[in-house]
Amino acid sequence: MTMDTSHLRESALFDRATIHEIQRAASEGIYRIRGFGAKRRVPHFDDLVFLGASVSRYPLEGYREACGTDVTLGTRHAEKPLEIDIPITIAGMSFGSLSAQAKEALGRGASAVGTSTTTGDGGMTQEERGHSTKLVYQYLPSRYGMNPDDLRKADAIEVVVGQGAKPGGGGMLLGHKISDRVAEMRTLPKDIDQRSACRHPDWTGPDDLEIKIRELREITDWRVPIYVKVGATRTYYDTMLAVKSGADVIVVDGMQGGTGATQDCFIEHVGIPTLPAVRLAAEALQELNLHRTGVQLIVSGGIRSGADVAKAIALGADAVSIGSAALIALGDNRPDLAEEYAKLGTAPGFYEDWQAGADPAGITTQDPELAKRLDPETAGKRLANYLRVLTLEAQTLARACGKSHLHNLEPEDLQALTIEAAAMAKVPLAGTDWIPGRL
Amino acid sequence: MSSDVIDLAGAADVRAANRRLQGRQGAVAGGRFEVLNPGGAHALAAGLMDDVEVVIRGPVGYYCAGMNKNATVRIEGAAGVGLAENIMSGEVRVTGNASQSAGASGHGGLVVIEGDAASRCGISMKGVDIVVGGSVGHNSAFMAQAGRLVICGDAEDGLGDSIYEAQIFLRGAAKGLGADCVEKEMRPEHEVQLAELLARAGIDLPASAFRRYGSARSLYNFKVDNIGAY
Repeated sequence: MTMDTSHLRESALFDRATIHEIQRAASEGIYRIRGFGAKRRVPHFDDLVFLGASVSRYPLEGYREACGTDVTLGTRHAEKPLEIDIPITIAGMSFGSLSAQAKEALGRGASAVGTSTTTGDGGMTQEERGHSTKLVYQYLPSRYGMNPDDLRKADAIEVVVGQGAKPGGGGMLLGHKISDRVAEMRTLPKDIDQRSACRHPDWTGPDDLEIKIRELREITDWRVPIYVKVGATRTYYDTMLAVKSGADVIVVDGMQGGTGATQDCFIEHVGIPTLPAVRLAAEALQELNLHRTGVQLIVSGGIRSGADVAKAIALGADAVSIGSAALIALGDNRPDLAEEYAKLGTAPGFYEDWQAGADPAGITTQDPELAKRLDPETAGKRLANYLRVLTLEAQTLARACGKSHLHNLEPEDLQALTIEAAAMAKVPLAGTDWIPGRL
Repeated sequence: MSSDVIDLAGAADVRAANRRLQGRQGAVAGGRFEVLNPGGAHALAAGLMDDVEVVIRGPVGYYCAGMNKNATVRIEGAAGVGLAENIMSGEVRVTGNASQSAGASGHGGLVVIEGDAASRCGISMKGVDIVVGGSVGHNSAFMAQAGRLVICGDAEDGLGDSIYEAQIFLRGAAKGLGADCVEKEMRPEHEVQLAELLARAGIDLPASAFRRYGSARSLYNFKVDNIGAY
């Protein structure tokens, strides 16, 4: 007999997930660490719409007229800027957090469509260098696996100050994901919970950063672009200071950005959404007269569709970066794994325990048996397909706005569906000329 | 054997000097160089790849000899922040004092500081050996992963905070030890290792005068019981 539940009313404040977390905390006595990104709703690109062509605007023909998607990154100081064919790059994710097969698949997928992938904490693996035609080498506070030979093999360097899921926090890789290879690459014992430092060991503040960037240029002979990546917080000032420090490219990661392992309270409660972050970074570059001309802006944190790509670009980004969406494209949270997810107490669409190393899709694991489930070639093709779709969708929207290149999109092409989004993106509330906060 | 002279008060700037020392203008392996008038320049002799010998006559700025492999660099003067950071192999010696974060994240090789080293000496070290003739500042060997830090003088507070598998040898006194850093038994094999390291560094002190510190390994995994230590 099924119980009649129609009289049961769930509390908005103490919903079932909240109650479960209180019970878990009371039982285990330690905070929840998980992967994925922020799960609560915050103002996002969904709250914006494009103003397609009308009497006053002339659209481009969808299947005939070209709409450019190429981006050149690092035109300010690098002798060899990084040229990518589409404005969507793969964000830094570590070998350790991800299996070697997943890193290879990311390289294969990105290379197939002419874009870049990025290393992560723990250094560069042969798999990703070998399968990534354009590879960005992250220079992180932990310096795990940091090697000048790998630095010189990179097509660009990304100095990581912070990431959107945890601005101000260091990374962690829990002991059950520390294989022999991961331990050796990071020069740490097996099975310990590895903490990645939250601060760089040899510089503090923008004046030091300027000298650090100069050192990196000296070591790489001023050849490749140097990015500075920040988690979105004081984005306007961070962008200003990163530019002052000599960055070629600014990478801003909004609070929705994913993570392999972070405290849940950090993921959900630190940082600002991507929506205001992209606008603030673009404003800083505009004020410096470097927007679209000298310093490029890459934005990440919750990019899922070509609409997100196009809106980020319209608000001022030169390119976007994806992490969580790329893993989903590889095969994370697949419905056909439902039985295996059930054994882990979860279900497709909800799996977030990327920190645990038990990923049945073979992506966020170091278990060789699980990892070999992921065929890098097949997964790479899925990622390439997804990246093509994002690009086609963004082009479709840009053409509808009459733009012959994605970079011709601009804030004037957008309006907001909510007051919050209008205030954060500084575009008018739909059907009005009202931008909250502007006189 | 004579040295090639690079004078930073003359036509050469740091970039030209580094290109020469890095072998980007012709093979340099086995070569000897003398750098004059460094004037506190940053990132000097950084990114060297070959077994060159470089003598820098004067003080240097940040990141001198950073990320070097195989090279031998001698600095006759003081060194700024991040001396020999991320060194992979070879040797770096400074005759004066070194600013903070000397040898940070070094993976290999030997760094000798004949004077004192400021705070965070050996932070995140990953296999490098660092020998300090004088004393070190606070939080030295912070999160040190591997390698040896030898301190012939004293250490400020927070020595070896959150240390992993690196070893610290201290002759003087530590104002305070950091989280999870403890004194350990100095066994005969440690004295042998230390004596060899002191000899390489050219420091005439008996290994028996040092005490050994390392990780208690109690914070290697997140545990509720350790919450007070974090």
